[in-house]
Amino acid sequence: MAEVLLETRGLNRFFGGLHAVRDVTFGLSRGMIKGIIGPNGAGKTTLFNLIAGALAPHGGEIIYRGRRITGWQPHAVAALGIARTFQTTRLFAHMTVLENVMVARHARTRCGFLAGMLGLPRVWRELNESRNRAMAILERMGLADCAGEAAGNLSFGRARLVELARAMATEPELLLLDEPAAGLNIRETEDLGELIRRTRDSGITCLVVEHDMSLVMNICDEVVVLDQGRIIAEGPPREIQRNPEVIRVYLGDEDHAENPQS
Amino acid sequence: MRSLRTYAPLLALPAVAVGLHGVLAAEGDIARMTQLIMSAYYALVVIGLCLLMGYAGQASLGHAGFFALGGYVSAAMTTCNLLPWRQTTAVRLCEIAGLLIERKDPFGMPLLSFSPWAAFATAMLVCGAVAFVIGVPVIRLRGHYLAMATLGFGLIVYRIVLAAAVFGQADGISNVPPFELLPGLRIGGSRAWRVENYYIAWGAVMAAMLLAINLINSRVGLALRSIHESEEAAHSLGVDTYRYKLAVFVFSALLAGAGGVLLTHYNGSISPSEASVMKSVRYVAIVAAGGMANLWGALGMGMVLNYLSLRGQFGRYDEAVFGLILIAMMLFAPQGLLRPVDWSVVRRLLAGRARNG
Repeated sequence: MAEVLLETRGLNRFFGGLHAVRDVTFGLSRGMIKGIIGPNGAGKTTLFNLIAGALAPHGGEIIYRGRRITGWQPHAVAALGIARTFQTTRLFAHMTVLENVMVARHARTRCGFLAGMLGLPRVWRELNESRNRAMAILERMGLADCAGEAAGNLSFGRARLVELARAMATEPELLLLDEPAAGLNIRETEDLGELIRRTRDSGITCLVVEHDMSLVMNICDEVVVLDQGRIIAEGPPREIQRNPEVIRVYLGDEDHAENPQS
Repeated sequence: MRSLRTYAPLLALPAVAVGLHGVLAAEGDIARMTQLIMSAYYALVVIGLCLLMGYAGQASLGHAGFFALGGYVSAAMTTCNLLPWRQTTAVRLCEIAGLLIERKDPFGMPLLSFSPWAAFATAMLVCGAVAFVIGVPVIRLRGHYLAMATLGFGLIVYRIVLAAAVFGQADGISNVPPFELLPGLRIGGSRAWRVENYYIAWGAVMAAMLLAINLINSRVGLALRSIHESEEAAHSLGVDTYRYKLAVFVFSALLAGAGGVLLTHYNGSISPSEASVMKSVRYVAIVAAGGMANLWGALGMGMVLNYLSLRGQFGRYDEAVFGLILIAMMLFAPQGLLRPVDWSVVRRLLAGRARNG
């Protein structure tokens, strides 16, 4: 049994009267791709925000590599090795693609405000190293040709890739992908699936919120199904596809059971 | 990218200073240096505000408050008279530490007050501490909420300097002594020192620009710009957004305070108008006119607009001109005040007018 990388215990979050995440308890083993699916409003993104520290839970615990990280700030969570992407890409539109990725080196570099102001030699050495590493990541992902372009001018598909490159630049152990295939065409989605699989093979554990069922069924080792903030099923994709409760809440009626994409 | 392109403009600044000196000398009008010196000290505020607003995207309508705070603390400390308390332990300790100077006031009466260096250091401490204390709760606010909160701070400082006896109420503080930086090198308004003061002021601007340029071209500069673009994304990538926003807020307040101290010693006085909200609005307008995330634009606009204003070129419409600049920026920077000017919009507007006309 692989090491449990991330664990949530009885996680809860409210928005006013809405119980967005209810008693969510699940584990994520190192080296797997786990999918989170569920109808709109099921609490998937909220769960992501809780893990990434963007929201504080109203109950429960988040444990990462045996360490309690409940209520940690996002930058501290990132420094620990958890990176995320956003459902709608949040690139720094007026910065170049290269600069976008360089920002992501922040948690792995040290020079502070004062050193920066004084322009100490180590500031420049460090920045050069960040630039080289960022460029290497862009090259690896086939984005080197747009390194100097303003991120706001990228096509939708490329913007998604840059956001992924940016997350990778933080040197994560765990990657949280929030609907990475949203807005991509079939070919781009296939490429993305391949990319996520390669990422996993390079040793990075992935947690993926996704609506594209074929992608989820293709790449995920395990799937968690959320409905109204609650986990209603968890298991390998094959089992999930046949789970009557999942079919009821997620697909609406049994006629579609054999064709979950629709 | 420690390149010539980053620093070349900084090397050009001394040339600009010498060139302007040459022009004024040729015209036989060295007196006009005074307005350039004053503009340079105001430009310190603008440089700090450019970092805060243009790069980090945090608007402040209270920077005149920090400018005045610096100026007033320094003025009050260098004009107070500690002679009646000379025997107290505190004053004696200060005297032993070399913080006090004995001199005569303009009426020939003996005076024991703090040395300008001690006053400068204290003013910086006060500005930094006040910015920190205000920043801790306020910097969490975003966009116009932060602007409103800093506006409140500016109003408070204005009311305090108008009301407090130690700050001279409506008269302000005059007879502020020159600031002896080095033996024989003084910041002060005397005619005999004007040329030295002109180069001291440019030196201060260059020092501030050097710090600002270094910062912008460091990892911290990238972080500040990323905060401007998307605080949430920056935070998720490991940028401690709150700490950086607070740091740049405090630094910009220190620069504003330093400008206040230096100008007060140059002028020999400070009045409540320096703390007025109109001054804060003016600084914002200058940064906007300079193109927001553009240090050189801000500096250029700061020098030119303040110089014209101090020369009385805007006449009775002085404040109105800065209001007009703000309106123009709102129109031509459609992504909001906190973005660089979008020249394509200007071109389109002009082209549209040409077609219609």
